[in-house]
Amino acid sequence: MSSSAGAQGAPIKSTGLHIGEPAPGVKKVDPIIVADNITRTFGGLTAVQVEHLEIPRGAITALIGPNGAGKTTLFNLLTGFDKPDTGEWTFDGQGISGIPAFKVARKGQVRTFQLTKALGLLTVLDNMKLGAKGQSGESLARALFPWFWSKQEKQIEERAIELLTRFKLDAKKDDYAASLSGGQRKLLEMARALMSEPSLVMLDEPMAGVNPALTQSLLDHILDLKTQGMTVLFVEHDMHMVRHIADWVVVMAEGRVVAEGDPHEVMANPAVIDAYLGSHHDEDLGNLDTGVMNAIKELADDDADDDKR
Amino acid sequence: MIDWILLLSNAAQEIISPTTAAYALAALGLAIHFGFTGLLNFGQAGFMMLGAYGFAIATLTFEWPVWAAMLTGVVASIVFALILGIPTLRLRADYLAIVTIAAAEIVRLLFTTNTFEPVTGSANGLQGYKGGFEALNPIPPGTYGFGPWVYNEYDWWVRIFGWSLVAIAAFVTWRLFKSPWGRVIKGIREDEDAVRALGKNVYFYKMQSLILGGVFGALAGMIFILPRAVVPSNYQTSLTFFIYAILLLGGAATVFGPIIGSVIFWVLLSFFSGFVARAVEVGWLPFLSNVQAGQLRFILVGIAIMLIVIYRPQGIFGNKKELAFVK
Repeated sequence: MSSSAGAQGAPIKSTGLHIGEPAPGVKKVDPIIVADNITRTFGGLTAVQVEHLEIPRGAITALIGPNGAGKTTLFNLLTGFDKPDTGEWTFDGQGISGIPAFKVARKGQVRTFQLTKALGLLTVLDNMKLGAKGQSGESLARALFPWFWSKQEKQIEERAIELLTRFKLDAKKDDYAASLSGGQRKLLEMARALMSEPSLVMLDEPMAGVNPALTQSLLDHILDLKTQGMTVLFVEHDMHMVRHIADWVVVMAEGRVVAEGDPHEVMANPAVIDAYLGSHHDEDLGNLDTGVMNAIKELADDDADDDKR
Repeated sequence: MIDWILLLSNAAQEIISPTTAAYALAALGLAIHFGFTGLLNFGQAGFMMLGAYGFAIATLTFEWPVWAAMLTGVVASIVFALILGIPTLRLRADYLAIVTIAAAEIVRLLFTTNTFEPVTGSANGLQGYKGGFEALNPIPPGTYGFGPWVYNEYDWWVRIFGWSLVAIAAFVTWRLFKSPWGRVIKGIREDEDAVRALGKNVYFYKMQSLILGGVFGALAGMIFILPRAVVPSNYQTSLTFFIYAILLLGGAATVFGPIIGSVIFWVLLSFFSGFVARAVEVGWLPFLSNVQAGQLRFILVGIAIMLIVIYRPQGIFGNKKELAFVK
């Protein structure tokens, strides 16, 4: 398993992540998340039904699938923001099924949101500082006495400014986050997540609503996470991006994992094409029986008449 | 003719009156709830009432010393905050609003009902609980002061005590909201889920905030009853809305806003209600009766709240960019 991003041009992909043939639920050499039997229903609708899923450590995994496939629901379940009907999963070998979101985050699994959640009326720097873990000044009793936490606060501020510089947001550090553009908010959210020094970063549609100029820098930042030894799992619709940076792709449709594999292979997989385009996309509609065709013609004629009036 | 000097001097007295201090402290508690944490507490009157009755009942029924009586009021408000918070703080903000407004009314009706008359005094309320507090007064008997502010030793003691509490509470609040704790609290106001995703126990922080603001409310309730008796009808829902008016006037997400807001509110209210009452007497407002004139001030407060929210949502001291009220 190699893991480093190319300096320029195409990033170097991590390979050899799986054991055996790539198929839904395939075993991984070194999984960071192992999930079993996760189901989540909303009324009569089964949003997620995943039998077995392993996310490889130290690689970038993309979770793709058409709208309504259950990607975000699975995200919410894995991060403790939603409770599953059944299922168990481990993170770094520890069972974390059913524990609240804040405890999941403390274990080093941090997420971002599809609709960016920058804390608008906090400054950019405060947003960053909030991300740091284990702050003694966050206890009510100690907060009153600055000498307990001012030293730690200084270290956190230094780290925050360093990260902001990397994300080119340092000039904005004293502005309210509400004044940032959509793309800058995405960057801030990602930078803030990094303040907690996570081992797994989960990004929910990091490219949604980001202009092309920022896309490249966001991609570089994501590749950078891998270089620094973090594992990335992201949900994305932009196939170009998936092909470009993902080492492994998990495809969901109708709540299930329908395919897994290396990005180029997986996109040629018939199950994936079916999921996106429907299983009858390459069939000719001409051989419908004549009764149906006549009915369709009549409807078309009616429409034409309506238009004339 | 209208005695302007009397009107102005009555208004000036409100600047340091214990009632102003009590409202300032209650508004500061509400600033912690609403302005900093985003908790929509419509039951601040309930917290004040528990502080007032806790103090009075502990003194009269159990004959406890002043410090124990004060502690009783504070503990009562903490228990109240826990009862309100445990079921509602996991839900959306609106639910807390409904529950607090209802709970404050339940508390008021419990203190009004005849069933507990020997302890609560029902609708007549309680008095005669001030002995212990009076005994602590270090000021020798006599009248002191100048201009409109001439009071006897007890009145000065109440004022000093009340405003000292306000000063301590303001310092604590200022200190807290300059700390990482305050940062988490403000983050929760902006977006709970984002803060949760960063590994903070949002529910626990909201509970701390509800308790802290509630304790400030209870202490305000104690200051409120030192110059008067405990009467349940003082703690109607309108009390909470007066405190909201003060908070919005001064600036919801500020420390000094609620205090200055309270001073401005009471000076203006006293001046206007005095003015309207005299104006009716001398026949300037022939379409108003005396009773109607007394109600006019509630209308004025309502209009004032609307004007502030529309034209200056950040209040007098608030940061224009940090609009806690309108987003």
